[in-house]
Amino acid sequence: MPKRTDIKKILLLGSGPIVIGQACEFDYSGTQACKALREEGYEIVLVNSNPATIMTDPEFSDATYIEPLTPEFVEYIIEKERPCAILPTLGGQTALNIAMKLCERGVLEKYNVKMLGANYDVIKKAEDRECFKKAILKIGLDVPRSGFAHNLDEARKVAVELGFPVIVRPSFTLGGTGGGIAHDAEELERVASLGIESSMIHEVLIEESIVGWKEYELEVMRDSKDNVVIVCSIENMDPMGVHTGDSITVAPAQTLTDREYQTMRNAALAIVREIGVETGGSNIQFAVNPQTGRMVVIEMNPRVSRSSALASKATGFPIAKFAAKLAVGYSLDEIRNDITRETPASFEPTIDYCVVKIPRFTFEKFPEAKDILGISMKSVGETMAIGRTFKEALQKGLRGLEIGHIGFDNKLNYQEIPDDKIRTRLIEPNASRIFYLKYALQKGMTVEAVAELTKIDLWFIAQLAQIVDFERVLLAAFEKDKTLDAKILRQAKEYGFSDAQLAQIMNMTEVDVRALRKKMGIVATFKLVDTCAAEFEAYTPYYYSTYETEDEAVIQNKKRALVSKTKRKRIMILGGGPNRIGQGIEFDYCCCHAAFALKELGYETIMVNSNPETVSTDYDTSDRLYFEPLTFEDVMNIMDVEKPDGVIVQFGGQTPLNLARRLKKAGVPIIGTSVDSIDLAENRERFAKLVNKLGLVQPDNGSATSAKEAMKIAAKIGYPVLARPSYVLGGRAMRIVYDQESLLTFIEEAKEVFSGHPILIDKFIEDAMEVDVDAICDGKETFVAGIMEHIENAGIHSGDSACVLPAHTLREEVLEQIKKYTSDMALALHVVGLLNIQFAIKGSKVYILEVNPRASRTVPFVSKATGTPLAKIAAKIMVGRKLSEFKLVPADHLKHISVKESVLPFSRFSGVDIVLGPEMKSTGEVMGIAATFGEAFAKSQIAANSALPRIGKIFISVKDEDKRNIVFLAKKMTDMKFSIISTVGTAKVLRSNGVNVEMVDKHDEGKNNLLTFIKKNEINLIINTPSGKKSQSDMRAIRSAAILHNVPCITTLQGAWAAVNGIEASAGKDFTVQSLQEYYMKSQSHQVTTSSVKIS
Amino acid sequence: MKDAILYLEDGSSFLGRSLAITGETDGEVVFNTAMTGYQEILTDPSYAGQIVVMTYPLIGNYGVNEEDAESSGVHVKGFVVKEFCRYHSNYRATQSLIEYLNQHKILAIEGVDTRALTRHLRVCGAMKALLSTEDFDSKSLAQKIKNIPSMEGADWVKTVTASSKYVWPVSPAGSRPRFKVAAIDCGIKWNILRILASLGCEVHVFPATASAEEIFAINPDGVFLSNGPGDPAAVSYVIETVRKLLGNLPIFGICLGHQILGLALGGQTYKLKFGHHGANHPVKDLLDNRIGITSQNHGFCVDVKSFKSGEVEIIDVNLNDQTVEGLRHKKFPLLSVQHHPEAAPGPHDAQYLFKHFIKMMEQEGHRVTGSPGHK
Repeated sequence: MPKRTDIKKILLLGSGPIVIGQACEFDYSGTQACKALREEGYEIVLVNSNPATIMTDPEFSDATYIEPLTPEFVEYIIEKERPCAILPTLGGQTALNIAMKLCERGVLEKYNVKMLGANYDVIKKAEDRECFKKAILKIGLDVPRSGFAHNLDEARKVAVELGFPVIVRPSFTLGGTGGGIAHDAEELERVASLGIESSMIHEVLIEESIVGWKEYELEVMRDSKDNVVIVCSIENMDPMGVHTGDSITVAPAQTLTDREYQTMRNAALAIVREIGVETGGSNIQFAVNPQTGRMVVIEMNPRVSRSSALASKATGFPIAKFAAKLAVGYSLDEIRNDITRETPASFEPTIDYCVVKIPRFTFEKFPEAKDILGISMKSVGETMAIGRTFKEALQKGLRGLEIGHIGFDNKLNYQEIPDDKIRTRLIEPNASRIFYLKYALQKGMTVEAVAELTKIDLWFIAQLAQIVDFERVLLAAFEKDKTLDAKILRQAKEYGFSDAQLAQIMNMTEVDVRALRKKMGIVATFKLVDTCAAEFEAYTPYYYSTYETEDEAVIQNKKRALVSKTKRKRIMILGGGPNRIGQGIEFDYCCCHAAFALKELGYETIMVNSNPETVSTDYDTSDRLYFEPLTFEDVMNIMDVEKPDGVIVQFGGQTPLNLARRLKKAGVPIIGTSVDSIDLAENRERFAKLVNKLGLVQPDNGSATSAKEAMKIAAKIGYPVLARPSYVLGGRAMRIVYDQESLLTFIEEAKEVFSGHPILIDKFIEDAMEVDVDAICDGKETFVAGIMEHIENAGIHSGDSACVLPAHTLREEVLEQIKKYTSDMALALHVVGLLNIQFAIKGSKVYILEVNPRASRTVPFVSKATGTPLAKIAAKIMVGRKLSEFKLVPADHLKHISVKESVLPFSRFSGVDIVLGPEMKSTGEVMGIAATFGEAFAKSQIAANSALPRIGKIFISVKDEDKRNIVFLAKKMTDMKFSIISTVGTAKVLRSNGVNVEMVDKHDEGKNNLLTFIKKNEINLIINTPSGKKSQSDMRAIRSAAILHNVPCITTLQGAWAAVNGIEASAGKDFTVQSLQEYYMKSQSHQVTTSSVKIS
Repeated sequence: MKDAILYLEDGSSFLGRSLAITGETDGEVVFNTAMTGYQEILTDPSYAGQIVVMTYPLIGNYGVNEEDAESSGVHVKGFVVKEFCRYHSNYRATQSLIEYLNQHKILAIEGVDTRALTRHLRVCGAMKALLSTEDFDSKSLAQKIKNIPSMEGADWVKTVTASSKYVWPVSPAGSRPRFKVAAIDCGIKWNILRILASLGCEVHVFPATASAEEIFAINPDGVFLSNGPGDPAAVSYVIETVRKLLGNLPIFGICLGHQILGLALGGQTYKLKFGHHGANHPVKDLLDNRIGITSQNHGFCVDVKSFKSGEVEIIDVNLNDQTVEGLRHKKFPLLSVQHHPEAAPGPHDAQYLFKHFIKMMEQEGHRVTGSPGHK
């Protein structure tokens, strides 16, 4: 069937901020959809609140709305844009839920908007557990036995019938929030009540435990002609009981016979047809009893998912792109497979390698949270590795995780770990279980015993045992011969051992191992990911490394050289690896832009990255894609084959920067700001000298290599001080300490992070405003692209604080000073490319806090707010273009205000306090744009899912220093008809200043207990500024309750003021929505016609 | 473990290591792209005379079991993989693949860059090869390879067909058969028999040399022409038999059976460059435009242009290369497909075709009422 002509304008919903369970995979799917649909001539209206996405780049849609992803806002947009259709299956659960709401409220009917991909009934049938179960049983398939409960009584009844343990799953939530396992009646009370509360419809499913069963996923595609194909099968190494997002997973399925696989495939086909997903991708999860083979259906996502992104990268089959084409009427056989060109999309990819995905966790940032994995997802990112064997892929994946492991290695001495600790770590799934598997095997535990304890399939354990055994062989061989011969070295590489691992075994440096094996002719070869196991010629250069005989990258490059007359220059871009807190989609955005920009200039671009969720690892983004870990060894292997003219390390966050020095030493042509300048900015002493030389001011500081030295420095500059390790991103292990004792505790606690890096100690400037600046410099001139004023004071990590652009309260002379300092610094550091500076402003004094001569987290935000694509321009500058060639206009002309707000993962980590500090904790960000600050801020809060109330009761409890300042704010709140409730201390101050306030004792156990108010949803906003350690723990329960009940909770005075502004702006009137294109147009038309370049 | 070489007709060679079995074997080397189903592939008689390369690198993961064999023996002449699994895992497994291969004395090698080998075969075509743990001398290997007969013109059916007639009973055991089917065994896969039996057929399996008269003699409701190895043009005796059956009985052919039917109908067959061996081939049913993902295993193909009469209709086409995947006849009750609706290994999308055969038998039964033995 050809494409539909009855629709012209399509509304596409994104998935909003990056949160645990919904990350940049939906930027990948949404971007593909935008491209695919525009290619077909459709007009695209896009809504997404996340400015760090590629899909919200104005050139990807006809109208781009960075507005909150709520049914209300999407309705405003529908009313304004009048799209013919809405495509909700590519923006994760968020988009699906909004579409459902719009349908229920009659909005779609009112504006005659058709739903593409899946309609209301289909989504309902797939998402509503009871409907789904009925449908599955109807077609003769099996499901875990279960029952529904809407209260604790019902829950108890069901559980008794099924027998413990039971699984509790709330209906309609994201990534399993609020679910859990109950082993006994007592646990059930806790898990079930939590589940009922977190369900959108206050319903939980209680089911027979299939914990320990083998877990599988199939990625299915269906077209309007009822053709169905399976794109990929995935087997989870961690069995049922661990969320798929937290499991190590493998593609294709490894331990199913064809008969069993086909039974699963038949089931998947039957399910897709019964549920009725009209077109597009779906994902179906199965569990298989390892003893009997009994197969049960777990769940289905009638949309593109995290696993679809993984499946796309694992096979080369672009699920989201095809899903978009199918949604507008094409059938699978009408779509061409881009990779083979000659075959249609109506086939099933077959792969000739093994893919391993490993989640990346971040428990170290939430020390109060228990490192135990369950059915609620906890990981913040993932890496994918491809190898010819599982062993190779696993080891590549582990070194690609960038958590200090260089493969399936030993961070701890296994002989020193007590057996019972190993047993616990094996039985209870946790973030480092994979390494405890090794310790257990090394200690002599049998494969069977390990499998029994972990319920991980024997096959996986046996594969790990092979690596362990082979490592023994290596050690013995080296012991005997004092070297390793070519045969054994080659086998080590085939088993995925990194040069770094071999260096440890052979007691030499990684560089020497590399030289030795190269001399022996043991070099990495690159193979293609081609969807068809080489049955057809592939045209899309998407590579992975392995140790084989034939190198297809070399062959293809030679072929290309023969065909093309002129040799294009090659630029290699190093990506950011797995997402983590502090380094995520923002850097991938920059890498993609570098690729786009350089392609525009006629360069050949080569992308290196290992994160399957990203747009950068789409084979369409660059000319060649290397899906590889970002380590020295793996990058150098690509260097040998590609010999690029330049390598960009400043866009992928800290990951490539950490490699820069070694790469440079190895002769890699790094372009842009020099490695020495990067070091100059990071090296405290050198940097302090530079600051002095430029006549700038920075807080007193020093760097120490021991605790003793640190104490000395702190005493000299005076407490409070900000302590942290150098060369880290996201404020990892950064803390404000107020006395010597806490400094020592901190250094002890963060020992592992400090390892080898100096400790930096800065004077902490209290009550200062923080300002972030993003600029581009070409070595001669500097363009200050954006000056962002933080809402929270300095001391809160810049990634966690909200910020405003343009800076709306700073005086002109301060702004001028900031611009001058930025320019001075850029020139002094010889920056070629991007530069980010953080300033602290106290009074009229401007302190320089930090300079980062690289892409920053705020680059996409500034680009969206100003309409200037910073990363693209910077990439062009790096290959020799000059700033004067671009018609750059400073942000002063903007007629709108943009607010960036961070999104925090606290609801995922029970027991963790939600107070912000210098260590970054947020996973993502949203943006609010409007004509006034108040409205922009209010939008940002709605988008961050903490909408400000317009009416109701506000709880205020502030630290002593803030008490005087809170009075005016409280008065303002009562003027706006809010009632106020406070704890004794705050209430006293407010009352004595004439504010009417209800008093509550936070320790009161009676009826007037604050927690009860929160639980009864009687509190609409909490303003609580914590001071010192004691009060922090005092109010902790309150803040946790606020998170659980989704009551917005503001922990800084500045945040509270912004909220007042927001409430004021949104009181009594509707929000206005405008596309980026409209905002830019307005700003342009207002701007003086002399579009000359103004460079500061 | 012993070093091994796979030496190809064009002089190229690939190195690996053998499992326990040593020696030398020869055959036509082909690659199979299915990711599961090595046991079915090893036991599929259609692979007689061939050395099979698996493109999926990890083979043996789920061991070998008693239920998934497609015949009583292993038919491949050699087996080439990237890595054999040392420790399998599956609740149905009764043996490891390595034990099984050793037991059947199959020269199997691992450690081969199977992707490079596959790419080579894709570009240069399937070709004769020698697999050896003894001889690494290219001159001597080149000499030996000349003496291996080519797949074209080779009758491999006689090596795999049943030595005498037998009956595969209807299932479940004891139920009353609805149809009597005569199957000409050119190397029939058990899953075909299993499916026919489950649809109510009592299958009388005849050696490929059976005459039309012998088949008429049991008074069957329909005839099944099985899959099998080698060049269809080389089994003229089966073609002759089929020619006599045409129009008299409902006929269903699969793979080699389909090619034989094509030849019996006056068409021609030709050799594909490297054939289709896998479980992911899209086939479009031209009658209802439905696309099924099919299991395939063939090196020869029916030439669509060779039918002059206009009575043969192409009903299935391969969407990857537009080759013929199925045919029927305007007058005769017959149906044949190039792919494998019985799967094993592979998707079950085309299993409905067996029901078409049943339907044909039902209709013919009504039409001729009784003795279909006349001419």
